[in-house]
Amino acid sequence: MSRLQVVSGKGGTGKTTVAAALALALATEGKRTLLVEVEGRQGIAQLFETDALPYEERKIAVAPGGGEVYALAIDPELALLDYLQMFYKLGGAGRALKKLGAIDFATTVAPGLRDVLLTGKACEAVRRKDKAGRFTYDYVVMDAPPTGRITRFLNVNDEVAGLAKIGPIHNQAQAVMRVLKSPETAVHLVTLLEEMPVQETADGIAELRAARLPVGRVIVNMVRPRVLDAADLELVRTVPRSSVAQALSAAGLGGARRGGHAERLVDPLLEQAAEYTERYALEQEQRAVLGELELPLHELPLLAEGMDLAGLYELATELRKQGLS
Amino acid sequence: MSPDPAEAQDAARPHLSPARVLDVDPLLDDPDTRIVVCCGSGGVGKTTTAAALGLRAAERGRKVVVLTIDPARRLAQSMGIDSLDNVPRRVKGTEGDGELHAMMLDMKRTFDEVVEAHADRERAAAILANPFYQSLSAGFAGTQEYMAMEKLGQLRARDEWDLIVVDTPPSRSALDFLDAPKRLGSFLDGRLIRLLTAPAKLGGRAGMAFLNVGMSMMTGTLGRLLGGQLLKDVQTFVAAMDTTFGGFRTRADATYKLLQAPGTAFLVVAAPERDALREAAYFVERLAAEDMPLMGLVLNRVHGTGAGRLSAERALDAAENLEDPRIVDQGDGKAGLRNSPDTYGSSESPAATPSAPDDGSPAGTDDGSPAADPERTVDQLTAGLLRLHAERMQLLSREQHTRDRFLARHPEVAVVEVPALPGDVHDLPGLRDIGDRLAAGRTELS
Repeated sequence: MSRLQVVSGKGGTGKTTVAAALALALATEGKRTLLVEVEGRQGIAQLFETDALPYEERKIAVAPGGGEVYALAIDPELALLDYLQMFYKLGGAGRALKKLGAIDFATTVAPGLRDVLLTGKACEAVRRKDKAGRFTYDYVVMDAPPTGRITRFLNVNDEVAGLAKIGPIHNQAQAVMRVLKSPETAVHLVTLLEEMPVQETADGIAELRAARLPVGRVIVNMVRPRVLDAADLELVRTVPRSSVAQALSAAGLGGARRGGHAERLVDPLLEQAAEYTERYALEQEQRAVLGELELPLHELPLLAEGMDLAGLYELATELRKQGLS
Repeated sequence: MSPDPAEAQDAARPHLSPARVLDVDPLLDDPDTRIVVCCGSGGVGKTTTAAALGLRAAERGRKVVVLTIDPARRLAQSMGIDSLDNVPRRVKGTEGDGELHAMMLDMKRTFDEVVEAHADRERAAAILANPFYQSLSAGFAGTQEYMAMEKLGQLRARDEWDLIVVDTPPSRSALDFLDAPKRLGSFLDGRLIRLLTAPAKLGGRAGMAFLNVGMSMMTGTLGRLLGGQLLKDVQTFVAAMDTTFGGFRTRADATYKLLQAPGTAFLVVAAPERDALREAAYFVERLAAEDMPLMGLVLNRVHGTGAGRLSAERALDAAENLEDPRIVDQGDGKAGLRNSPDTYGSSESPAATPSAPDDGSPAGTDDGSPAADPERTVDQLTAGLLRLHAERMQLLSREQHTRDRFLARHPEVAVVEVPALPGDVHDLPGLRDIGDRLAAGRTELS
């Protein structure tokens, strides 16, 4: 199992939720995972119902079986100062650089430097060891930028290594790329069973593969329950309205005669069934498209009660059941 | 479609109503409306909304250009702009006297154009060939946002269209495009630039000597960090750009002012989901702080029902009754509430596995084979319909809850709801349909 698990997906597919559930799933049975956020949205804090995360690794959840999930919201500016301190002992000079706008420049304007720092910090956490020589974290899960930007984001160190042909940045960039392109890393894509996210997933996978970045799994999120089966869908097209009205009436929903309570439910219910049928057919098409990607495919249910902390544990259990951890 | 929409509407929507309903037609028809900006978080149908508004305005007689940033392929094809060439193209097949043009933003090309417009030929060539520039123009966080605003300014300056509809980039935070010009501007004005362009100048001034020591230490540090060659690239780039910076900054300011001008309307696009509406609320507050004119909120993918009077609980009870005929007498009984998540994970419908006749009663011998007992099959189907309805009602209540929370916080925002469609839009009739729904002003109940 790769130790750096990168989770991406189109906006709105719930990649932060899946990343958090995966961090929980990987932490079960006494493991320790680090969940990393790189986009400054504080999505993890919202999900775990805690205060905004500082730039500091802190424990946010305990997994079944005694495991621990730590979380870190990487702030590029602080990551750069951190980095300068670590490599150059530049405490005061770092502050001066900041005054000059150099830090601002480095983290917002300079091409890709921001992304270099973010990926660099995550890779550092992957490689970090304690005094006894054991890895500090068994797994690092990254809530990464969306599918449209993920290849560029992960590959930025290649570009930087090309721009800075020598020097510590060049070396650092190459070290990060070694981790990202190795089996130590797996990039998972979260999608919905809808056309646009599926198309974007397929495009994203092609880009990742072209850049020789290791593609992991496709996780279909918010899958709605199968309520009507094939026989139902067949029958719904031919069933006499009066039979449905009688069945509704028998179930205690009022009169089956014209204008009766049960009878007036028939049209709206059949209408909803027609929508279901159409949606189901579209979902099957998208399943087929995903099937052609030749990657392990997983499905997570839509939680009827909406997403909350309990739901997160539910999804983590589901991920474990499906062998993702 | 519902036999009694008014009644169903009351029953399905007992919660807060927006104080104002957003009416898009007067906005699109008003000749003083020159720019409509659609913003919101990713995945809420922003681009589709922009395209649908553009088409509607064109078919109501205006000459419109839609600037899309990163459209889904088939949406782009539906407007005939599958080639990315940074030039507006006329969309064929629109009805009426107006015109619809559409384009996709090519950020590198746009950046190149800016450089070419602001520098003489020789200098422009030097900039375009600089490796640092090549990376900057394609990559830096915010280039897309900045170039979208730059392109908007260009389109507006050409004055060929009487309405420009802009889609905003799918930024990590929906606000980035407002900040990008300022960020670039502050960088260009910054001391760092002066340091990089002319570190020697500072040395001459009395009293600045200590600073100069700091400066050379900085350049030294930067050199060590970046590698000498990259620093040189950066310095060459900055020197080459120096004369064009003034123009850059003026443009960024002008575009920002354009966004505040009367004639510009912002629409925030969201879906009735917690995250999307949180971003939307953020955006509403931010626009107010920047004096940007917010016209309203487009709430996409809102679900409805024609049977709002039948609650999820009663529907599930009734479904239980149908699946287990032995308790059919309990119309409102506690037949065991079952939640839809329970049904997840079994590949077959719950209705296909009726309550097992485990007590060996002779009445329960049917195994659900459809041919054997058509009555039973209709019952199963009806139970399925009821479960489907319960699921819909749960979804509705969740959507209403998130929407009401937004409205409680921002009662001043006019809202239009667009019903959820089962599939994506691929063609002009699909976009036209969305436009009709946008203009209808409220959820059409299905």
